[in-house]
Amino acid sequence: MRVTQGAFSFLPDFTDEQIAAQIRYALDKGWSMSVEHTDDAHPRNSYWEMWAQPSFELLPEDYEVVLGEVRACRQAHPEHYVKLIAYDARRGRQTTALSFIVGRPAVEQAFRVERADVQDRVVRYRLAPTR
Amino acid sequence: MLSTADTKKDRWASGVTPYAEMGYFDPDYVPKPTDVLAAFRITPQPGVDAVEAAAAVAGESSTATWTVVWTDRLTDYRHYQAKAYDVAPVPGREGEYIAKIAYDLDLFEEGSIANMTSSIIGNVFGFKALQALRLEDLRIPPHYVKTFQGPPHGIVMEREYLDKFGRPLLGATVKPKLGLSAKNYGRVVYEALRGGLDFTKDDENINSQPFMRWRDRFLYATEGVNRASAASAEVKGHYMNVTAATMEEMYERAEFAREIGSVIIMMDLTVGYTAMQSMSRWARRNGMILHLHRAGHGTYTRQKSHGVSFRVIAKWCRLLGVDHLHAGTVVGKLEGDPAMIAGYYDTLRLDHVPENPEHGIYFDQDWASLPAVMPVASGGIHAGQMHQLLRYLGEDVVLQFGGGTIGHPMGIAAGATANRVAVEAMIQARNEGRDYFDEGPDILERAARGCPELDAALQVWKDVTFDFQSTDTPDYVVTPTIA
Repeated sequence: MRVTQGAFSFLPDFTDEQIAAQIRYALDKGWSMSVEHTDDAHPRNSYWEMWAQPSFELLPEDYEVVLGEVRACRQAHPEHYVKLIAYDARRGRQTTALSFIVGRPAVEQAFRVERADVQDRVVRYRLAPTR
Repeated sequence: MLSTADTKKDRWASGVTPYAEMGYFDPDYVPKPTDVLAAFRITPQPGVDAVEAAAAVAGESSTATWTVVWTDRLTDYRHYQAKAYDVAPVPGREGEYIAKIAYDLDLFEEGSIANMTSSIIGNVFGFKALQALRLEDLRIPPHYVKTFQGPPHGIVMEREYLDKFGRPLLGATVKPKLGLSAKNYGRVVYEALRGGLDFTKDDENINSQPFMRWRDRFLYATEGVNRASAASAEVKGHYMNVTAATMEEMYERAEFAREIGSVIIMMDLTVGYTAMQSMSRWARRNGMILHLHRAGHGTYTRQKSHGVSFRVIAKWCRLLGVDHLHAGTVVGKLEGDPAMIAGYYDTLRLDHVPENPEHGIYFDQDWASLPAVMPVASGGIHAGQMHQLLRYLGEDVVLQFGGGTIGHPMGIAAGATANRVAVEAMIQARNEGRDYFDEGPDILERAARGCPELDAALQVWKDVTFDFQSTDTPDYVVTPTIA
């Protein structure tokens, strides 16, 4: 299976050039950027590991800084999912503005549904990693 | 206006005194920051003076009755009288006027949409001296806004909960609307979600009919949601419609949806303001995203001269607290002038909505950090319109492709994939700085080269447009300048 979290998972994986274009867009908006990675792509895993500190106050022409972090994280964790996050600190948002996967393991993680019968046909579901 | 009182009588003499003379018209009144302000479009009966008609609306929506009552003198009546402070003819619409009326905050119960609506649109719409009356807009002051809790989650919390950022959310209403058995229904849910949609949805009139009872539907839909979630590692949801005949039944259905792990439920506007506000409290207490279908609104929002504008309904719904509200598509099958819809979307999403006559917004509206409502675009939209949808509706929106998913020639999952690829390709292109609106068809075509599902969608629906004149349009339009 393909983990399809993030804004662009239904498109072919982005080249570094395409990632750079998204970084420039985010920096132009004044967003801060960060990289996170995990070996647990469960949809409820809210806290992937942070790769370095978020980058604040970069300009669009500084996109190489962020791209460098993406490359370094991928290299250090080739078997992890890596995502790039743009964060909008404006009042009223103060949340992620864009996030998408920029690195995947050679063999993707997969999940299966485990069911436990409760009663009256109610089933308790659990997403279990298959490996 | 009602009587023949030509000669001025004493304000307090028994009988009928014109509303304007009783204090319901005051052109010198300066609205207080705490006042609720209303803009009414009034069409007086022939021979009825517009100022008197406006004063009558102010009177009948506040303290007045048809004749003088001495018991007014037991109160500080001037305080409680609504005041028409501005009456102006509408350009290009003979016989119509916009009357602006100020209501003191004391006229309203804290945190009650039922009370605000009973006051402002309670009796006055049937008033004989008017041919027609329309509530165009309301300014609700922060002092009153702060007595409401608003959306149980709001756009920010919903996105964090779903872990989906930077693109419109995608949904589909299960079709056919009526007749599917619960098991077949769940199949549509599963296929649409595994194909790439974030949400599927019950239709407004799917409640608990003989062909499919609510509990069975909820159970099969949940199987579909969980299967699709496992296949994608994404959070998925199905809006379970809890609309029912009584509050007790609505709570029962909502509690069952919670018990089986649904992230979202829905209800219909037809249940009424009090029921909606109760469900909003329930949804906040139970961590449930709350979707509202605006079933029935067209009966009173659509005609330009009579009823209540949808932007007022949108304000009430943001106050009483829903996370999603259907607010128009511009390009789909249902009524929607682009400028008016921009006004509704601003009303739902912005924290400060500035006065903007071109979008039908009559007053500045300050929401005092009340969370934003996610607008929902549904009805006759398809993947081939993605550039237009993004341009008109923006990024914080749920795009719902019912027919545009389930009617796909390669199947439901393929329809979902087509929509997901189209939206991601359009966001990518926009972020890369392309002129995605003009180049939209080209962007979609290129994306379709790697995606047979999108290619098929573009072929099937390429010529489908719904090009009709809107009935509800702004009075003030920008005159195009010739370059």
